[in-house]
Amino acid sequence: MTSTVSFLTAKPHLIVIGNGMVGHHFVEQMIAQGGHDAFHISVFGEEPYLAYDRVHLSEYFTGKGAADLAMTDGSLYDTHGVRYFTGCLVIKIDRDAKQVMLQNGESLAYDKLVLATGSYPFVPPIPGHKRDNTFVYRTLDDLDAIRTCAKQVTRGTVVGGGLLGLEAANALKNLGLETSVVEFAPRLMPVQLDEKGGAVLKEMIEGLGVKVYTDTATKDIVDGENAFHRMNFADGSHLETDLILFSAGIRPQDALAHQSGLTVGERGGISVNNHCQTSDDDIYAIGECALWNNRIFGLVAPGYAMAKSAAGHLLADFLGLAGVTFTGADMSTKLKLLGCDVGSVGDAHAQSQGCKVFVYQDEISQSYRKMVVSEDGKKLLGAVLVGDNSYYDTLLQYYLNAIDLPEQAQALILPAMEGAPVGLGVDALPATASICSCHNVSKQDISDAVCNGALSVGDVKGVTKAATGCGGCAALLKKVVDNALLALGVEVSTDLCEHFAYTRQDLYNLVKIGEIKTFNELLKTHGKGHGCEICKPAVGSILASVWNDYVLKKEHISLQDTNDRFLANMQKDGTYSIVPRIPGGEITPDRLIVLGQVAKEYGLYTKVTGGQRIDLFGATLSQLPEIWEKLIAAGFETGQAYGKSLRTVKSCVGSTWCRYGVNDSMKMAIDLENRYKGLRSPHKIKFAVSGCTRECAEAQSKDIGVIATEGGWNLYVCGNGGMKPRHGDLFAKDLDDETLVKYIDRVLMFYTKTADRLQRTSVWMDGLEGGLDYLKEVVINDKLGLCAELEARMQHVVDTFQCEWKTTLQDPEALKTFRQFVNYEGSDSNVVFVEERNQMRPATESEKQQLIAKVG
Amino acid sequence: MTTPWTLICKQEDLVEGAGVAAMVSGEQVAIFYVPESEQRVFAISNWDPIGKANVLSRGLVAHLQEQWVVASPLYKQHFVLASGQCLEEDIKISHWQAKLEGGDVFIAAHL
Repeated sequence: MTSTVSFLTAKPHLIVIGNGMVGHHFVEQMIAQGGHDAFHISVFGEEPYLAYDRVHLSEYFTGKGAADLAMTDGSLYDTHGVRYFTGCLVIKIDRDAKQVMLQNGESLAYDKLVLATGSYPFVPPIPGHKRDNTFVYRTLDDLDAIRTCAKQVTRGTVVGGGLLGLEAANALKNLGLETSVVEFAPRLMPVQLDEKGGAVLKEMIEGLGVKVYTDTATKDIVDGENAFHRMNFADGSHLETDLILFSAGIRPQDALAHQSGLTVGERGGISVNNHCQTSDDDIYAIGECALWNNRIFGLVAPGYAMAKSAAGHLLADFLGLAGVTFTGADMSTKLKLLGCDVGSVGDAHAQSQGCKVFVYQDEISQSYRKMVVSEDGKKLLGAVLVGDNSYYDTLLQYYLNAIDLPEQAQALILPAMEGAPVGLGVDALPATASICSCHNVSKQDISDAVCNGALSVGDVKGVTKAATGCGGCAALLKKVVDNALLALGVEVSTDLCEHFAYTRQDLYNLVKIGEIKTFNELLKTHGKGHGCEICKPAVGSILASVWNDYVLKKEHISLQDTNDRFLANMQKDGTYSIVPRIPGGEITPDRLIVLGQVAKEYGLYTKVTGGQRIDLFGATLSQLPEIWEKLIAAGFETGQAYGKSLRTVKSCVGSTWCRYGVNDSMKMAIDLENRYKGLRSPHKIKFAVSGCTRECAEAQSKDIGVIATEGGWNLYVCGNGGMKPRHGDLFAKDLDDETLVKYIDRVLMFYTKTADRLQRTSVWMDGLEGGLDYLKEVVINDKLGLCAELEARMQHVVDTFQCEWKTTLQDPEALKTFRQFVNYEGSDSNVVFVEERNQMRPATESEKQQLIAKVG
Repeated sequence: MTTPWTLICKQEDLVEGAGVAAMVSGEQVAIFYVPESEQRVFAISNWDPIGKANVLSRGLVAHLQEQWVVASPLYKQHFVLASGQCLEEDIKISHWQAKLEGGDVFIAAHL
């Protein structure tokens, strides 16, 4: 059946074929410039999903779902009248009739057409390449298939040792497979790295347990003897493996161009001009399917630049101004592959006429760096980095902006020695310097944004989109923003407050190293003035983290916020709520009855909390000690719901009761809650433990999440629910009990040591330079040599735990502070309750007036 | 004219660097003991006019811009202990003259 769909209105129809990152960016660019008013826009995507972040595809294996990777939920399209069709393949373009034909036989007329069809993975035509258990690594569906297969097998092999191949190898390794990489070229990453760089990378990757075969051609793939496949190599050797993943490069998806007779390159790719127009003026091609100046650009940033130029050209008449043209793009890259830093800038292979080279190699710490400079030594032409990317940003800026190199230019790749000049100051960058290449944001754009009122990195990100693509420029962005603020005369202060010219982390270290035990001592030695409501609780919390003293000691009491000072949570009317600890949410009927009796006796409003505890509301200050006396007599402990400390460890019943449970999550939850219950931290901490992957305890939304697996426990860190939800990052898999506790000790103490005040773990993680990988380095590989100390500090906190309410009830001085009035036994007449749903609640203002009127 | 002082409590009833509440002629008064300050004791209303509850005695004492203030435990506005002036809003709450003498705490009539 063939039908033709057309619009009744006069606006021209723009069809976009392909909804990958570049196709989506094109639509964004159109919308940003009002292009949806100039055109009817229809988007067709072959995949069942709207555009998602393919750059971070591997994170699909480390806990992110399709929704996390999605670049839009469709609302942007809906809001601007852009029609979109997913799972909808365009099979034909009829340029004479100006129509596209869909797989279902429907035809649509277009006025302008944009091809953003991307690329497909190249699978070398090795005999046997179509066997079962062979895959490519491109789409979410590919990843689902790989994951399913990986569950049943033990060995995986990636064919291709380029950038994507190593990314895929990392994924296989994370899926628990014994992983090998087979590369045809004599070295890994042949495009980006030179011979030595490739060799260093190979050594590093082999050190991580991945076997690397370079200079190896596969003759055929047949049935294996001990595994599913056997790969026979040209040199007569072979490799047995269960799963094969082809990642041997990409090829432009140009089938529609071939079919419709557009000019294509000899080796594929749709030829385009500087406006990204193909040989047909009404048809554009952008991204990995496009061939510009005989080059394919297999990175997202050039694709975005193409999208921008195509959108600009399409809208030139509508906007009355000429858009930017596409004149090539920089292909410099920095990445972390299998935990190894790799960077490549410009002419990495030193092929420029007359160029000279500096090389630095350190075989002990395994790093390699090369700089390619112009014949006169004045300009940087290229660079290769393996092992340490901290040199990348500076080198890239020298290269991109053709800044004159300093004398002793080799210092740019030498390890930082004391006294040596480091890096290129942000000041030295010209205004045109590109800071974010994904979104093409220059230093000038950032300064302008700051001048227009974006006074924080977050605001600047929102306005310019800088650092929201691959995120690689985040650290540099911060420096540029700080610099722009300074230029405006805005002081960029990381001081805690006017009394301490230090960050929280500095103060933590000062307290620890100087063995400082009180606020006054710290103020006298490192601060000024008398303190305030910012520094007092922050220092109170640090002192508690480090020394774990009783918080209501005379010298500490005035540091505590009201909740900590009275060990309860103040409510809007000045009364308090009480939350006893119920570890893991497990409670005996007898204790439950005690809670009911106490609540009844004091007329407390009773509610089950989100953290599987019971909250009793409406206690007055002077009732708190009486109530706690009863609770402690019944065996309860303080729940520290008032503190910046461990709140709850939520749990399901796990394998003890549940048909699906694979481990005893209940016991683990109780043990963890009892271990960490005393820890004072920069902000509250929530845990959860689930007994199986059904995840009933919602552990991935907690600061620390633990999920039982067949092999032990998976540990997730830095998740959050609440205002700004964040999925926890999968930190380590299949841990035994002891290792799990060890890692949690270290993560929590490292957080407590380094976070800002009132910074939840999720925000801390987002701001942590090096992110999850860095945290793993610190906690698993002991990169900073801190692990023993972190564990010892945690053990100190565990060993010195005291129930603050128990201590308080034994301390007559502390008890005195719980009097409602120092000179009067009565109660606060402003605390008035009314009944609702058979319980009491605070009266509203108008209810109070009515009640007073009645009494009067 | 002599100020009519009212005895409120003993010095040991106060908490160093923090506040307590007292009832004075049917009015709730927040009394702060700040040993580092010149006056040493301050008295302002216990009523937080923004949070609408009697809670100021339970706030944190701070020293900001050369003044002793208390931060409300509800929504954190600051009230100057010596004058009752709110730093964030154009609101002033009652305050009393207060003194510490021979281990006793006194306040005078409204200032």
